[in-house]
Amino acid sequence: MISAIVFLPLLGAIGAGIASLMKNDTLGYVFSLTGVLLSAMLGWVVFITMAIPGIDQTVFLASWINVGSFQVDWALRFDTLTAVMVIVVTTVSAMVHVYSVGYMSHDKSKPRFMAYLGLFTFAMLMLVTADNLVQLFFGWEGVGVASYLLIGFWYQRPSAHQAAMKAFVVNRVGDFGFALGIFALFHLTGSVQLDVIFQSVPDLVNSQITILGYAMPALEVAGILLFIGAMGKSAQLGLHTWLPDAMEGPTPVSALIHAATMVTAGVFLVCRLSPMLEYAPFTRDVITVVGALTAIFAATIGLTQFDIKRVIAYSTCSQLGYMFFAAGVSAYPAAMFHLTTHAFFKALLFLGAGSVIHAMSDEQDMRNMGGIWHKIPFTYAMMWIGSLALAGIPFFAGYYSKDMILEAAYAAHTPIGNFAWVMGIAAAFLTAFYSWRLLMMTFHGKPRASAEVMSHIHESPLVMTIPLFILAIGAVLSGWMFYELFVGHHWYDFWRQSIFIDPANNIMDDAHHVPKWVKLLPLFISLAGIGLAIIIYGMMPSVAGGIARLFRPIHQLFYRKWYFDEIYDAVFVRPAVEIGRVLWIRGDKDTIDGFGPDGISNTVNRFSAFCSRMQSGYVFHYAFAMLIGVIALLAWYIRSL
Amino acid sequence: METTTWPVLTVLTFLPLIGVVFLLLIRGDEDVVSRNARNVALWVSGFTFLLSLILLINFDPTYAGYQFVDKGEWLAADGIGFMMGVDGISMPFIVLSAFLTPLAILASWQSVQHRVREYMIAFLALETLMIGTFAALDLVVFYLFFEAVLIPMFIIIGIWGGARRVYSAFKFFLYTLAGSVLMLVAILVMYNTAGTTNIPQLTDFAFDPDVQFWLFLAFFASFAVKMPMWPVHTWLPDAHVEAPTAGSMILAGVLLKMGGYGFLRFSLPMFPDASVTFAPMIFVLSIIAIIYTSLVALAQQDMKKLIAYSSVAHMGFVTIGIFSLNIQGVAGAMFQMISHGLISAALFFAVGVVYDRLHTRDIDAYGGVADAMPRYAVFFMIMMLGSVGLPGTTGFVGEFLVMVGAWQANILVAIFTATGIVLGATYMLWLYRRVVFGRAEKDEILSLKPLNQREIFIFVPLTILVIWYGIFPSGILEIMDVSIMTVLDQMDLASMELSGNSQIAITGIGE
Repeated sequence: MISAIVFLPLLGAIGAGIASLMKNDTLGYVFSLTGVLLSAMLGWVVFITMAIPGIDQTVFLASWINVGSFQVDWALRFDTLTAVMVIVVTTVSAMVHVYSVGYMSHDKSKPRFMAYLGLFTFAMLMLVTADNLVQLFFGWEGVGVASYLLIGFWYQRPSAHQAAMKAFVVNRVGDFGFALGIFALFHLTGSVQLDVIFQSVPDLVNSQITILGYAMPALEVAGILLFIGAMGKSAQLGLHTWLPDAMEGPTPVSALIHAATMVTAGVFLVCRLSPMLEYAPFTRDVITVVGALTAIFAATIGLTQFDIKRVIAYSTCSQLGYMFFAAGVSAYPAAMFHLTTHAFFKALLFLGAGSVIHAMSDEQDMRNMGGIWHKIPFTYAMMWIGSLALAGIPFFAGYYSKDMILEAAYAAHTPIGNFAWVMGIAAAFLTAFYSWRLLMMTFHGKPRASAEVMSHIHESPLVMTIPLFILAIGAVLSGWMFYELFVGHHWYDFWRQSIFIDPANNIMDDAHHVPKWVKLLPLFISLAGIGLAIIIYGMMPSVAGGIARLFRPIHQLFYRKWYFDEIYDAVFVRPAVEIGRVLWIRGDKDTIDGFGPDGISNTVNRFSAFCSRMQSGYVFHYAFAMLIGVIALLAWYIRSL
Repeated sequence: METTTWPVLTVLTFLPLIGVVFLLLIRGDEDVVSRNARNVALWVSGFTFLLSLILLINFDPTYAGYQFVDKGEWLAADGIGFMMGVDGISMPFIVLSAFLTPLAILASWQSVQHRVREYMIAFLALETLMIGTFAALDLVVFYLFFEAVLIPMFIIIGIWGGARRVYSAFKFFLYTLAGSVLMLVAILVMYNTAGTTNIPQLTDFAFDPDVQFWLFLAFFASFAVKMPMWPVHTWLPDAHVEAPTAGSMILAGVLLKMGGYGFLRFSLPMFPDASVTFAPMIFVLSIIAIIYTSLVALAQQDMKKLIAYSSVAHMGFVTIGIFSLNIQGVAGAMFQMISHGLISAALFFAVGVVYDRLHTRDIDAYGGVADAMPRYAVFFMIMMLGSVGLPGTTGFVGEFLVMVGAWQANILVAIFTATGIVLGATYMLWLYRRVVFGRAEKDEILSLKPLNQREIFIFVPLTILVIWYGIFPSGILEIMDVSIMTVLDQMDLASMELSGNSQIAITGIGE
């Protein structure tokens, strides 16, 4: 059954791929929808029959790479951590598949799109069910390729294929770290199998790795390297630049890959490695700081963007930061909890935004929206639900999970934990603010779109609204439903050995026993953010521009995304091409060829030309040469006398 | 050593030459000759491939020595004799050569229109020489095959090549010849010292470490050019650019592997101490190759040149793997060579396909090819992803194993090697993006003909193998396993005998 969950989407994708070559749209839908819907259903069956009663299972498929002690199998590991990811992935994926039928109805290569979606789902499932690091890497790169294909789906657009390439290359920088982390762990433990690694980790606390003469704690090195991989995939500060650009892909892709599932793979990896990271405190500190910085950094950018999808993309980036700092203070269950609730409400927000874009004839700029709430009331309601959940308003999903994270950060009682808490609270304010800015700008105020566009606005068809509705149920209920199970006092009974927290660390209990004001603060902060946004953007829209002008330097910094793209372009991209050109022309052509083959053959040519010039055929030349020779001989002879 | 009842290996080696005889006998006007020449060459090379498969099926991967050994008297002198045989290291290369030749012949079905007979003769002769190189078990026999390979390739580039073909052909010839002269001297020294040129016997002979030092360098000169390693790589881009498509396929697919094969067959087992001594130097050169040529590839405007430079970078992985001197590294290097043989052949063919239609290799002349040639876009995509080492393709298995091995030998080397996975993705994706993606605006792009059946027939087997062996690489790894262990064991023993310094060699073996 576990194999069926993983491979059904692949079969669906292959079927859709064949349908794409046959140019048969209906067949493509039948294959891909059957595959992913069955997979989602089985996913829930397995979750209820295995994860909740507490049964773990590993399915061996085949052997993969066997060289000496380097033994890698294809195997599916199924424990609670995997089960949670499986239901998140298959459910959101199924909803997105259905939604796409409506959203992509005007596109001319629908089966190709469905095939890519199925391929992505398969790779993501391989990632979460991996029982060794190399298979995890297979899924990791697989989702990267699927994401590359989907971002570049409209390959005729230069911006789309540029964004696709950027996503792949930036992720490769992360993979560089990931791969090295795998080598380090293999070298230390003699295995890439997760269980074996986790067993040997406690004995390795004092081992060291020496690089360039510096001895470093081995586990910290491996941990940091693997975290670099997680940073790439989850778009954390420094390696985040690809995510906003990835919005070039069709909106269902943004919902599935760049909000709900693939970008959370980094969080999953960190939780999966909890038995190792618990012995790498420095790595966890790094994770906390990077997560906290990303949470606030991305939120500041989200404040100023005008593209509706980019606002949500930066919001995703920021929320992933929350998950990371939760994991950094060892509250892995809280991270996974937020991952789950976030998957529902963020997919809802993206698909809702897609519905808006669809209604507005492919307009994405919020400056050209406004005053449309009564024309698409259902979408409007869905966006409210998503935003309420994101802002963490009571009884919506985000309230439970985000507060849990903030409480855990506070309860850590370390300077770094406190730092994360402060950043998290500040980001919560910004989150609420930009969410309502989005709602106000998109739906309220005077219509700013052309009359032509306004006359076409319509609510989306059922095939798009039903998935929205189902995700909305998740966005409302998932927090309340899973709270006790995921992060309650008996969290261990649910997660069991799939998540390991140092027994000396009572973070999960402490988080429930923080002062009252700590529990209430996020709520008030969020309400303040909502209120301010409604006042500025809802009641006096002219003020917003004034504020932006007043704080022009800061606004520019945020609006230009802290100039990351410009800096990377100037430091890495252009120099790489320039260095390449210099090496090619100065290195290969001038130096190597110049002194090597061309140089030698030129020398030979010149020498032989010289020799042949000597043989001019004129008697007086020869006579002259003889004369010189005779004189030289005579001179030598006289000297030696 | 096992001997067989009939000299299957010798037959396999010289079978293409029988085809050459047939080709010479064809009579008629030019059209008839061309048509028949194509058919004869395809049938003969196809039959050779089948025979190589029979060899593969009967090959016993658990046996450590040479199999299918054929021996014969040859030169009157003692110790020099005709001898052929295969082990797990040469077996995959023989099948690879026999597999790629028919595809290469098929690839030039239409693009070569003049002197077809002579062209096919060159290819069949080339096949004999390639198989002979990998099957030879006598140093002199090896040397003859190894050097003679140059001749048909020189002719293929020089006659059926592009505009600057003569310059490129001579550059190719001079570079490789310069290297092999030194190897010839080394062979003479070895014969005088050990009294034999028999490879199995030489492998058991312990050369004095000081002698090893010089012998290693002499062999290195030849193999480094063939690989090619930085800084003696500049012949390769020129040769590829001017070579006809099929020539590039064979050049990248098989000829580049002769250097790596040479390191494994000669340098490691015969000069183990020198191999350990020179490993750091080779690491440095290989790392430069990976980073330098990747950056150079970024700057290319010519599709073939870009892929040629990428080959140099990929061969950098191979040399790092071999000289990490542990089982993962060496197996990874071997696998990477096979994988690169398939992928680069397919990539050069992919360039050839559009070159046949537009007659330019300039990247800027393309853009938006996906619209007119969707299937081509799919095949090209798979091969591009294989080239960047995506898990699930053969490219991944090789690269990853090499880096696993490198980390155990030297962490810093592994870190620098791993930069290749970022750089490799950059230039390949950029190439793909500029050629296949984008909006097709020019008329000549819009009117490109989709892939025909012949072209699909060439892509399909390559694609299947790249994916199949990416998911189930054990099919190849198991063939090589025992032989690689043997090489490493020999090194280990020899090293301990002579210097006792076998720190690197022990790592990774024996578990």
